[in-house]
Amino acid sequence: MNFELSKEQQMIKKMVKEFADEVIQPRAIEIDTEAKFPVDIFKQMGELGLLGIPFPEEYGGSGGDTISYALAVEEIGRVCGSTGLSYAAAVSLGASPIYYFGTEEQKQKYLTPLAEGKALGSFGLTEPNAGSDAGGTKTTAVIDGDDYVINGEKCFITNASFAKTVIVTAVTGKNDKGKNIISAIIVPTDTEGVKITSNYDKMGVRGSDTAEIFLENVRVPRENLLGSEEKGFKQFLYTLDGGRISIAALGLGIAQGSLNKALSYAKERTQFGKLISSFQAIQFKLADMSMEIELARNIIHKAAWLKDNEKPFSKEAAYAKLYATETAFRAANQAIQIHGGYGYMREYEVERYLRDAKLLEIGEGTSEIQRLVIARQLGC
Amino acid sequence: MNIYVLLKKTFDTEEKIAVSGGKIEDDGAEFIINPYDEYAVEEAINQRDAHGGEVTVVTIGDEDSEKQLRTALAMGADKAVLINTEDDLEDGDQFTTAKILEAYFEDKEADLILAGNVAIDEASGQVGPRLAEYLGIPYVTTITDLKIDGENATIEKDVEGDVEIIETSLPLLVTCQQGLNEPRYPSLPGIMKAKKKPLEELEIDDLDLEEEDVEPKTKTIEIFLPPEKEAGKVLEGEVSDQVKELVSLLKNEKKVL
Repeated sequence: MNFELSKEQQMIKKMVKEFADEVIQPRAIEIDTEAKFPVDIFKQMGELGLLGIPFPEEYGGSGGDTISYALAVEEIGRVCGSTGLSYAAAVSLGASPIYYFGTEEQKQKYLTPLAEGKALGSFGLTEPNAGSDAGGTKTTAVIDGDDYVINGEKCFITNASFAKTVIVTAVTGKNDKGKNIISAIIVPTDTEGVKITSNYDKMGVRGSDTAEIFLENVRVPRENLLGSEEKGFKQFLYTLDGGRISIAALGLGIAQGSLNKALSYAKERTQFGKLISSFQAIQFKLADMSMEIELARNIIHKAAWLKDNEKPFSKEAAYAKLYATETAFRAANQAIQIHGGYGYMREYEVERYLRDAKLLEIGEGTSEIQRLVIARQLGC
Repeated sequence: MNIYVLLKKTFDTEEKIAVSGGKIEDDGAEFIINPYDEYAVEEAINQRDAHGGEVTVVTIGDEDSEKQLRTALAMGADKAVLINTEDDLEDGDQFTTAKILEAYFEDKEADLILAGNVAIDEASGQVGPRLAEYLGIPYVTTITDLKIDGENATIEKDVEGDVEIIETSLPLLVTCQQGLNEPRYPSLPGIMKAKKKPLEELEIDDLDLEEEDVEPKTKTIEIFLPPEKEAGKVLEGEVSDQVKELVSLLKNEKKVL
C-alpha cells in the first residue's frame, strides 16, 4: 500500500498547477461572464500534451495514466470550472471511446488529432427525451449500402460546436428480445446534414461549449461504427464510468479552490476585532471542507488506480463522482457563507464555483443515477 | 556544443518559511528550481536547438534534488548529474560549491556554462563567477541576451536597468537574469521521457575530493526572518507643512538625512 504519487505524477501536477495559475486563472472571470470558449487556452493545453495524457505515444498521446489525468483535471478545475469541464469531456468522452473501442485505422485517423490537441472530440449521447434513461435513445442509424444513414437530435453536448468529430449513439436495430440495439458511430462534424447550434444560456460552466446537434440523413461509411454494433450500450457505460472519474476530479478541483479562497479570506477578514478564522463557527466549516476534500481525493485516486490496474472500477467511480461533486457543491456554498456579502459578488469567484459545481451533480449521470449504480453493485 | 547548466534547489519563497533554532524548517517546505536557474535551463535548450550539442544539468544537493533535475530533463535537457553531498558534508558555502564544481569540470570540455544570476534563498551570486575564475574562462553575469556565432558570443548584460553589450569568446560562463527568455512548462511527453534520460549520481569521493578540501570559509552566525512590515504613515495638512514634517521625520526619526 502506498499513498504517494510517483515522481512523474508529482511533476505533472506541478506543471498543470503552474499553467492553471498563470494562464487560466487570470481569465476565469472573463470566461464566465462572456460565456466564451477559450480556444487559445485549449491550443496551449494541446501543445503541452494535456489532451493526450491517458493515451499512448503511438496515437499522439503522452503515455500517462488515469491518476495523472485526474490530477490535471483537478488543477484546472481549481481555477476554472468551464475549462475543466471542456477538458474532461474532450478527453474522457470525445477521445477515450475511440481509444478503447476503435479499430487501428480509426485510432490513427480520429484519435491522433484529439490526443495531440489539434482537434476536439465530442460525445453525443443525451437526447431531449433520453437523459438518465439512455436506453430511450430515439436517434436511428439505418444501413444503406456501404453507409449508415443517421437521423435524430442530440442535446446538451459538450464541445460539439468546436469538435471535429462527434461520437453519436443511435438505434441500429432490435435484439431477439425486441429491445433496441444502441451503437456508437463516429461522425465528422463537417458531414452533410449535421447541424450544430449553441444557444444555451447556462447557470454555470458558461465558458464550456454546450450544443444541440441535429442529424438529418447524415451519411457516414459503415466503417465508422465504433466497436461492435451489439455492444454499443456496454461500451458507453464503460466510457461513462471513466468519465465519472474525471468529473469527480473536476468537483475536487472546485472544492479545493473554494477552500483555498475561503481559508485565505478568513485569515484576512476581521470582525469584532478578531480574524474570523479564530471563530469556531468558521473553523468548523473550514475543517469539514478540508476533510471532505481529502476523502474525495482518496476515492478518486483509488478509482483511477483501479482503472489503471485494469480492475473493476464502476462502483468506485460512482462513489467518487457522487461524493466529490456533492463535496464541491457544499464547499462552494460554505465558501460563499464564509465570505458573507462579498462571496455573493462575482469578483470573489466563489459564487461562480457554486454555479459551476451544480452542473457536476447533473452531468455525466446525476447524483441519483450514481446512487442507483452503487445500489446495483450491491446486488439490489 | 557542450552546454552545462548549474542548477540549485531552493525554497519556494511564495510559501511560508519558518525559522526555528537558527535553522530554516525544511519539513513541509516546498522546493523548486531556483527561478533564475530556470532561465539558464531554457537558454541552454534554446542554444542547443540553434547550434546542436547536448545540455547537461548539474546540481549539488541531496536525494530529493532528483525532482528538480527531472523537471529540467522534462523541459528538454539531455542529461543530469547529481552530486550528492548529503552523507559527506555538514555545511557548505559558496566556496564549497565552487570547489566541488571545479573538480567536476576538471575533465569536461564545456563550451558554455549557464547559471542563475543569484539563488533566491541566499542570493550571493558568487558560485558562477568563482567557478569561472577556477576554470580560467571568461564570465558575464546578469545577461539578458546571448548570441553565439562560432567561437564568439555577443551578450547583453543588465546593468541596473541599463544595457551593456559585451563581446567575448567560448568557452564561457554566464549567469542569467530575468528578461533573458520565458522558461517553458515541461510538456507531458517531456515529463514522461524525462524518466528515461540519464541521471548520474556522484559523491565528492568520486571527484577525488576530501571533506577538508571543501570546508566552508564562512560561518553562519544567525538566521532570522525580516521584521514584519509596519503600516505606513500618511502625512496630513498643508503641503508645505507636510514637507516640513517629512524632512524632520527623515532627519530625526529615521536619521537618513
